[in-house]
Amino acid sequence: MASTGAFRVPIIARESDSSPTAADLERKWRTPAGLIGWISSVDHKEIGKRYLVTAFLFLIMGGIEAAVMRAQLIRPNQALLSPEAYNQLFTMHGVTMIFLYAMPVLSGFSNYLWPLMLGSRDMAFPRLNAFSYWTFLFAGIFIYASFIVGQAPDAGWFNYVPYTSREYNAGPNIDDYALGMVLFGVSQTVGGVNFIVTLFRTRAPGMSINRVPMMVWGTLTASVGNLFAIPAVSLAFFLLWLDRQFGTHFYDVTGGGQPLLWQHLFWMFGHPWVYAIVLPAMGIVSDALPVFCRRPLVGYTAVALATVTTMILGFGVWVHHMFATGLPPLSLSFFSAASMTIVIPSAVAVFAWIATIWTGRPVNKTAFLFFAGFVFVFVVGGVSGFMTAAVPLDWQLTDTYFIVGHIHYVLIGINVFPVVGGIYYWFPKMTGKLLNETLGRWNFWLMFIGFNVGFFPMHIAGLLGMPRRIYTYPDGMGWNTVNLITSLGAYLFAIGVLLFVINVFRSARFGRIAGPNPWDAPGLEWTTPSPPLSYNFAVIPTIGSRYPLWEDRLEHGPSDSYVERGYLLNRRRETIGTTALDAEPDVVLEMPNDTVAPFIVGLALVGIICGALFHAWWAVVAFVVVTLAGTIVWLWPEARLGQTRDIVRG
Amino acid sequence: MADAAFVHEALPVGSKGRHASGWWGMIALVVTEGALFAYLIFSYFYIASQAHAAWPPAGRPHLWIAVPGTIILIVGSFTARYAEVGIRRGNKGRLIGGMAITVVLGLIFLALQGLEWHDKPFSFTSSAYSSLYFTVTGFHMLHVAIGLVIITMLMIWTGLDYFGAKRHAAASIGAIYWHFVTVVWLFVFSTFYIAPYLG
Repeated sequence: MASTGAFRVPIIARESDSSPTAADLERKWRTPAGLIGWISSVDHKEIGKRYLVTAFLFLIMGGIEAAVMRAQLIRPNQALLSPEAYNQLFTMHGVTMIFLYAMPVLSGFSNYLWPLMLGSRDMAFPRLNAFSYWTFLFAGIFIYASFIVGQAPDAGWFNYVPYTSREYNAGPNIDDYALGMVLFGVSQTVGGVNFIVTLFRTRAPGMSINRVPMMVWGTLTASVGNLFAIPAVSLAFFLLWLDRQFGTHFYDVTGGGQPLLWQHLFWMFGHPWVYAIVLPAMGIVSDALPVFCRRPLVGYTAVALATVTTMILGFGVWVHHMFATGLPPLSLSFFSAASMTIVIPSAVAVFAWIATIWTGRPVNKTAFLFFAGFVFVFVVGGVSGFMTAAVPLDWQLTDTYFIVGHIHYVLIGINVFPVVGGIYYWFPKMTGKLLNETLGRWNFWLMFIGFNVGFFPMHIAGLLGMPRRIYTYPDGMGWNTVNLITSLGAYLFAIGVLLFVINVFRSARFGRIAGPNPWDAPGLEWTTPSPPLSYNFAVIPTIGSRYPLWEDRLEHGPSDSYVERGYLLNRRRETIGTTALDAEPDVVLEMPNDTVAPFIVGLALVGIICGALFHAWWAVVAFVVVTLAGTIVWLWPEARLGQTRDIVRG
Repeated sequence: MADAAFVHEALPVGSKGRHASGWWGMIALVVTEGALFAYLIFSYFYIASQAHAAWPPAGRPHLWIAVPGTIILIVGSFTARYAEVGIRRGNKGRLIGGMAITVVLGLIFLALQGLEWHDKPFSFTSSAYSSLYFTVTGFHMLHVAIGLVIITMLMIWTGLDYFGAKRHAAASIGAIYWHFVTVVWLFVFSTFYIAPYLG
């Protein structure tokens, strides 16, 4: 096998996507057809699309669960669902939306877009990327398996002990949730590691840290946050599983344990996680909204710093989920004040978006409507969050529908609206076809009106004293009208989402041809054909400013960006590695070929947690061996990747 | 100024020391694993702070196994370092020898831990303290075991003549993990063995 030399002067060339060299690059980077090819692919675009599609499937499942619940709550004393079924539905709805949809959908965007935005040919760890997707998919299926056998988790997505201790919840449902979440944690952690290393290693030369797109800032911040936050929830669930299956006493008062330990560990994770599932979405808006305002984002540096600040503060506010647990007043005051300070970076971002719209020339496209709608909803959700950061008000509102209203304003507002807007914006890049604008208008207005009609009255229901998580309510409480309106609004919202799905399928077949840059956008991803070729860029671009495609009309730095001329790097799968802050060329990165190893190791991990679930310890041992063997094969040093000593040739 | 942006100089190719993406990946792994242990230790101190009875329930732990174990682990980090510096100079024998000593020291540490587990008057399910003790030290032993697998693979790969003065990123990256296992033990050791003597 050909080995790599230790050093090389990379050839600088001028190439286009129609040259023979580009055809050769395409051969080297393309994933072969067929099932094995499909399983082995490490192409970030392929993985990104899978993440998006899988996350949307989970969104639809979570949506159906919500629709059934709203049918149960549409009038008092409804008997459509048993209390047990209702508990399973609201739990699975939360688990699905918060874990299996909200983060993965953003990982989908980032996986697809990062290398295209950063001027690279793939992520830093393509195989780890595939592994992250497979483990996410397997964890989702594992958690849903309990639902199919009628034994779904039923103690809410935050799964408080002692409801979830074995004494009160004996079935396998909680164990399934616990083990599935450990696997999900692995998936999101390795995904985060990949984003971090990709950002610091594989930006195009010249793309210094102050020139990266805002979505990259959002995902980077979320990924770093996840590195610190996810171990808390994985540990919490693992300790719960030990308590339930082996009789340990972490959460058990009789053995000297503490039920509140669960809440601390869960929310130390949970609150940073909330920011992890909104910051990349806010980044989508910060990148795409300005394109429809025909000007750069106002306050790039301020918004980038606000993003990072939000996450840092997000690690110091977890107790605001626990104001009603009897903690000392000093602690409550501290965490209340800390929670309120988050208003500051959030407001910086909001004012930057408003200023961008105000001083720009807005183009009234569907994507713009979603981003502008998002700003409105974000403000409402932010205000209700600020209200509940005040301890006395929180004592009044906690565990009522006010909180349900708040969480939906925040998560649908800051995640779903930007995500759907982001699809309208980048769908042409991914498929080469534009989404239909007429359907898009109906899609937006139904979602926007349905959302506000459906979720705003929840705040009122909460103020009227309606507790969350009740499967029905008696007549005469004054809650009938608000619940009726909420259910109708939710169905309107669901029809809007359905129109979106129809638009995607219809436009993928019959949509107008987009061309490389239908929005006249400034980012590097718009220099590639739509959809991009397997190798992304025929030559590695060189970046001279924050908005490479708007350089002819903006004042910018001392040098121009080059996209037709740059490093060729076509001996194998190769891309350039650059320095962490200034993005100066640092190393020629040899990239791995397609492999089934990530799929196999992912399956083996599922084998381990299945064995643990059924106490089949032989299976656990066997699959640990498979995991180790698969990992060793995966990491086996390869001459082709420049990992072994030089037998200098080629 | 057209060509000013382009660097026409030789660049390293592939996994070269800190140029290797794997080096960055390992740092990120250490960060998240470090966070895992931080949460374990948080759990210990949180439950200790809320305890109504004596803490630890069976009195202060004895030190006659844990202290030698700690010293052995620290020495193992130095021998791993010795091995890694060896391969940087192209000395394969020094890598294999140094790593072999590290493996032996790691195995002795695990054996001592096993002895201490056996020696404890309480079991996994006796109390919150005992659950914490076995879980946290168990997590650490698992990390030692993974570290030993990594070091063993590095010895095998060196034996297969994969590494030399110019190519040894895997050895340097693997060594980082082993140092992490040692450093995190110092925190675990301080929590379970030193802290009770301070209270």
